[in-house]
Amino acid sequence: MDAFTTPFLAGTATGALLLIAALGLTLTFGQMGVINMAHGEFLMVGAYTAYVTQQVVTSVDLSILVALPVAFLVAGSLGLLLEATVISFMYRRPLDTLLVTVGVSLVLQQLAKDVFGAQGDPVQAPGWLVGTIPVFGYNWPYRQIFTVALALSSLACLAALLRYSAFGRRIRATVQNRDLAETLGIATRRVDRLTFFIGSGLAGIGGVAVSLISGTNPGLGRTYIISAFLVVVAGGLGQLKGTVIAAFTVGIATAFFADWTSASMAQVATFALVVVFLQLRPQGLFTVRTRGLA
Amino acid sequence: MTSRTKVRDTRLRGYAPLVAIALLAVLLLVVAPATLSQFRLNSLGKYLCWAIAAVGIGLAWGRGGMLVMGQGVFFGLGGYAMAMHLKLEAAGPGGVPDFMVLYGDGTMPAFWEPFRSGPFTLAAIVLLPAAVATALGWLIFKRKVKGAYFAILTQAMAVVFATLLIATIKETGGFNGLNQFTTFFGYNLYDPVNKQMVYSIAAGALIGCLVVAWQLYRSRFGELLVATRDAEERVRFLGHDPANIKLVAFVVAAVMASIGGALFAPIAGIISPSDVDATASIFLIAGVALGGRALLLGPALGAITVGFGRTYLSEQFPTQWTYFLGLLFVLVILLLPRGVGDLPRALRAGLRGRSA
Repeated sequence: MDAFTTPFLAGTATGALLLIAALGLTLTFGQMGVINMAHGEFLMVGAYTAYVTQQVVTSVDLSILVALPVAFLVAGSLGLLLEATVISFMYRRPLDTLLVTVGVSLVLQQLAKDVFGAQGDPVQAPGWLVGTIPVFGYNWPYRQIFTVALALSSLACLAALLRYSAFGRRIRATVQNRDLAETLGIATRRVDRLTFFIGSGLAGIGGVAVSLISGTNPGLGRTYIISAFLVVVAGGLGQLKGTVIAAFTVGIATAFFADWTSASMAQVATFALVVVFLQLRPQGLFTVRTRGLA
Repeated sequence: MTSRTKVRDTRLRGYAPLVAIALLAVLLLVVAPATLSQFRLNSLGKYLCWAIAAVGIGLAWGRGGMLVMGQGVFFGLGGYAMAMHLKLEAAGPGGVPDFMVLYGDGTMPAFWEPFRSGPFTLAAIVLLPAAVATALGWLIFKRKVKGAYFAILTQAMAVVFATLLIATIKETGGFNGLNQFTTFFGYNLYDPVNKQMVYSIAAGALIGCLVVAWQLYRSRFGELLVATRDAEERVRFLGHDPANIKLVAFVVAAVMASIGGALFAPIAGIISPSDVDATASIFLIAGVALGGRALLLGPALGAITVGFGRTYLSEQFPTQWTYFLGLLFVLVILLLPRGVGDLPRALRAGLRGRSA
């Protein structure tokens, strides 16, 4: 039983992290066609926010709870800034947004190195997250459970926002047909900016979760961004359902591969898995159906 | 894609490009060795290897519209193939590379054995990346995976490749890579004359790749490639298979990157995961973007410029180099998406009052 539960539960936690990272990506990618390679650095910003918050709010039990909304705001504002200064000039040039944000991500990484040092800093877990709970012979750390809970509640909030609020309706309209949405009086540019804010903010929250598991590190974004993009590609653009399934599949599959072989072979296997999967469904798991020749 | 694309002649005409290539050849093969110090010439040799890979990226990305963000993988395939041969040369007949004794039990993995042969190594430098690119490209292009999806897959490939190299310290030298070569096909690498010979080979290879690119750009294939970039569906409707057209460009680009890598190893004296990972691949893209992705000489000159810039700036400001690379990306893509090489044309068009 142990050979199954250990990778399964550890993989679920990884999948949850990928989910938080991919939620923001799939929103901006699906809606605006913007490929934000700096999204991983927003995770890093979230992690450093948790670290800084811990220096300011000395009560360890409280600091993480404070860090969550702060990280959302900090990463979200950074996203807004990026959108306003760079990305808004290059809509409908998706490959170019990819390159520009690569440049931004290099700058942010170097900035983190210069400000916080090349070595990572540890973030202390609060008392109520220390310890494990035995599940079928595997001691599942509370921190991983917290990550899964955080991912699922972020997902629930986002799904509710998209489905029930007026703002969510505008987002869905813009994703499905931007021109038509505009004709109906939706200020699509304003919707874009808010979407970008929310997407980046989610990455900030993900960063707090990452910092609890592996501490902070200037290169932290890079470890997650590629897997997160693979999740978005496999799940289908702008599709919450596909993203959720893909995130947990990639997370759990990687954990199993790592268990059978090694951590690096697991990366190779996951990459192969996604390429093979795209043979079966080149547009990802779920797609917005249109009549255009996309 | 729905907008009407203006019909224009994209083929290169006349022999002006050939004259430019010849000028570059004189500059690299005659002027540079006569004026530069041994050290600077060796650095220039490294930039030329990046430039060779950049010519391929220009073909795939500039002309074909495929943003190849994992060319480091092919650069690495060629580089490691060459480095393995040089390592075995240094170990002598029947010998085992030093690092395998240091980190492992002194036994050599079976896949190293054929690289004792020089001809096999040279063949592998061309055939290995061609085979990998064909297999991967076939899977990706036939299923019409393109645009950003393609770019992300290629970058993932570079990440995976570097991770794999770092993890296999007993087989590939891990994080340290392969270094300390003594001879290059029998020629002592510490001899300045031989160093200059390797430099000349790199310069010759770059000129060769440019001529190949020139031929491709003025051929019907080149025209089809540009057509595929601009309106893939129309090309399909006209009865061509865009997948095959893209595949050829992707494979040629991979082989060029591999040749660049193979020459990089003896010139730099080392090939390591940091020369072939995702960041290294992005570094190659930076040169192409700066020089002008769709131009013939743009990618190569851009790569050489970025190489110079990297050396110069890291000498002046050791840690801030990354800021410059990042800002270069932002500014070039934002203000000059067609690269610096396109400035004259853009200015002319501006003066005539036409939109660029």
